[in-house]
Amino acid sequence: MPKTKAVDLVVVGAGPAGMAAAVAAAEAGVEKIILLERQAELGGILPQCIHNGFGLRYFKEELTGPEYAHRFVQELKKHPGLKVKTETMVVTITPDRKVVTTSATEGLVCYQAGAVILAMGCRERPRGAINIPGTRPAGIYTAGSLQYLMNIEGFLPGRSAVILGSGDIGLIMARRLTLEGVRVKAVLELMPYSNGLNRNIVQCLEDFQIPLYLSHTVTEIFGEKRVEKVRVAPVDKDFKPIAEKGFDLSCDTLVLSVGLIPENELSLQIGVELDPATGGPVVDSFYQTTVEGIFACGNVALVHDLVDDVSTESALAGRAAAAYLKGEIKTKRWLPVKAGRNIRSIVPQRIVVGQTTPLYIRARYPERNATLHVGDGQTKQQVVSPGETIYYTLKPEDIRTADGWVEVSLEGGRVHD
Amino acid sequence: MSIPEVDVLVIGAGVVGAALIRELSRYELDLLLVEKEVDVSFGTSKANSGIVHSGVHDRPGTLKAQLAVRGCQLFPELAAQLGFLYKQNGAVVVARSREELAELEKLAVNGRANGVKGLSLLNQEELRRLEPNLSPELVGGLLAPSGGIVVPFDLVFALTENAVSNGAKLMVNTEVQAINPEQGGFFVRTNQGGIRAKFIVNAAGLGGSEVAAMLGDDSIQLYARKGEEYLFDRKLEGLVHRTVFPLPSQVSKGILVIPTVEGNIMIGPTAQRVETPDLSTSLAGWQEIYGEARRLVPTLQPNDLITAFSGLRAVGTTGDFMIAPSTLSPRFINAAGIESPGLTAAPAIAEYIVELLKESGLGLRRKQNFNPIRSVVRLRDLDFQAQAELMQKDAAYGQIVCRCEMVSAGEIRDAVRRGATTLDGIKLRTRSGMVRCQGGFCTPKIIRLLSEELGLPPEQISKNGPGSELLLGRLRAVQEEGRKEEQLHA
Repeated sequence: MPKTKAVDLVVVGAGPAGMAAAVAAAEAGVEKIILLERQAELGGILPQCIHNGFGLRYFKEELTGPEYAHRFVQELKKHPGLKVKTETMVVTITPDRKVVTTSATEGLVCYQAGAVILAMGCRERPRGAINIPGTRPAGIYTAGSLQYLMNIEGFLPGRSAVILGSGDIGLIMARRLTLEGVRVKAVLELMPYSNGLNRNIVQCLEDFQIPLYLSHTVTEIFGEKRVEKVRVAPVDKDFKPIAEKGFDLSCDTLVLSVGLIPENELSLQIGVELDPATGGPVVDSFYQTTVEGIFACGNVALVHDLVDDVSTESALAGRAAAAYLKGEIKTKRWLPVKAGRNIRSIVPQRIVVGQTTPLYIRARYPERNATLHVGDGQTKQQVVSPGETIYYTLKPEDIRTADGWVEVSLEGGRVHD
Repeated sequence: MSIPEVDVLVIGAGVVGAALIRELSRYELDLLLVEKEVDVSFGTSKANSGIVHSGVHDRPGTLKAQLAVRGCQLFPELAAQLGFLYKQNGAVVVARSREELAELEKLAVNGRANGVKGLSLLNQEELRRLEPNLSPELVGGLLAPSGGIVVPFDLVFALTENAVSNGAKLMVNTEVQAINPEQGGFFVRTNQGGIRAKFIVNAAGLGGSEVAAMLGDDSIQLYARKGEEYLFDRKLEGLVHRTVFPLPSQVSKGILVIPTVEGNIMIGPTAQRVETPDLSTSLAGWQEIYGEARRLVPTLQPNDLITAFSGLRAVGTTGDFMIAPSTLSPRFINAAGIESPGLTAAPAIAEYIVELLKESGLGLRRKQNFNPIRSVVRLRDLDFQAQAELMQKDAAYGQIVCRCEMVSAGEIRDAVRRGATTLDGIKLRTRSGMVRCQGGFCTPKIIRLLSEELGLPPEQISKNGPGSELLLGRLRAVQEEGRKEEQLHA
């Protein structure tokens, strides 16, 4: 092990989650905090999100990504004990909270932390993971890396594009490419509905007359050196392409927005338990993972729709880490959540008894006029969509402790087509 | 510019050309290796399965059998000298039914006739003990402990780099267009100018037929047999330890489950004759491979898939390697039809061709200062102490570019100095962009580093050569900014 420095808290990742967690921990009185960021800039994905629409829930005003990040960067500066290390990569984290980092400026450094907050965010699912047949030419980008190349580096990828996936980044990139003069031929979505926010479908596609093909996918990529065209086909109910209804779209660029994967290689190394439904660590009401003193928040725990939610949740995790360091969080009784009808995932997965816990719930499929049941509590849900988070604040009185779990389900809804 | 005059011109920098040029670099010779692609190993060798075959499969008495067994024996020492990624993990051929057990026994007899050492037949329990994740339906196996795995392009890079450091010359982007015999050798016309060579070795892979025809030699007939491969995440490391083969079919060794040196699991390849050679993968290929692989390892899941690729084997008409001097000139050696087990055999093919060249009159005098060692820095393979020392010497080794594989800016710059000029060249030399995120995070950084090291604008950086440039140009606002600045300076 390299030379070890003792600190109170190490936060891994200075995106919206890590910054909010570090600020909240500092405000709660934690003195020595190290905030680690592998990029040169703070803010994670935010600096490249030059569009607006951020901050409506958290700041009650509309901001661009860089503006949103800037507010937190300003907050970081108020705490002299909070040290930010950019262009610094975490190599290893041990279960007893040794964090080994490397950077060009300091080489290898090891921090022995009282607590660790994991805030590594997520990465994009690449082409191989969805196994599109065809050639392997230049001109295939994931939406986020293309956004970086355009908005941070100032490059134009090509002349005409097809976008596969109607998640928010895909929709945002359809508009961005159009504004730069790239012809966006179509946005394709495998599912019969978009996973993006409704406001993005209106503002990014409809306003620019970009066609959205639901229940369609790319079945083959053509072009030896550079993408020349893609073959598109509708899919049946089992998502199998209907080849005879296929058609070609010529383009030199294919943009993939086919899902985000929480980046949990370090979490696995520590040995925290992951939830297959979210791809992130199992956390309790305090966002503590299954390894004591290791917390996780933001998109590493659950891919959120809105950065505002990431900030809220991460501030909670930051305060909880502060409480843990003061010895205020003792091992408390918790109950597991249980996903019932039409529920894909619930975070946190462990409800600490007696603790009011905001829940982030995701449905499996769209439906209307359902009732959300959470233990003894319930609320009406007029429109349920897998693309939009369902919020519920779980109160201690909602819990039937005798059950041994907290069941979450959507009942009585009507599945629409 | 004067025309290069060399003793031996090797055409094609795949694994055969690379092994040969390295073997020849032991001697006092003027050597030139030419490659039509932008980088070495960018043809058939790039998409090889990376198996060092024991030699059980090949028919006794063939060149394939002789050179595969010899090649397999040469690998451990070669790997120790050249530092490429190699592991002698052993291979196991499995039987799915009682009837197939008899076939396994025949295969064992065949292997022993070829001189393969250490073969042993396994019953069901022994097989399960060695490889617990194999299907319980499998009834027995043939263990070949001398079999290994290698990263094929790393092998080619190592061989060429070592040859170059021992004085051989390498020209990429150089396509041979005509070969004319002349007094004492040949005059060769390429897209980069003329070359005079006393001897030529045709190791042009799929282009072997065309190159031989330039001399007027029509004896080399080749066709392309495509193989698709599918690569899974390293989190499956340990699923199988040995390379798992079904019993071979008429045309190929079948669909294998391969543990790669880097800990991934790879399945494939298909074996499909194609008339128009392209490198696409197909739904049918995936279905065939996945179906067959699941019969060997039933727990394999498609969600752990990272990427797919395909390659083209150059298959001859004789059923064996075609390695011999051309009937038109003893100074022109064809090394054609090098399909499986060509990668395994390559070091032995090189020795064999050196003998042929000698018989054809090439004078061989050993170099006094031949250095068989090639070394390369891989940060992730070093312990903390060694990493820290490296970072002290050059801070760029502390700056991580690829988060999935922990590749530093120092290694990227080093890869450019070793010959990488493209994104794929960096990927194959460093693994940056090769695994989980498939370049999602590192691509912009690598474009920047390539641009700095090569002194080219980022718009000229390509995936794998001209026509595959990654960026069209600058955004309008950035262009305008540039124009304003120019006006200010004017």
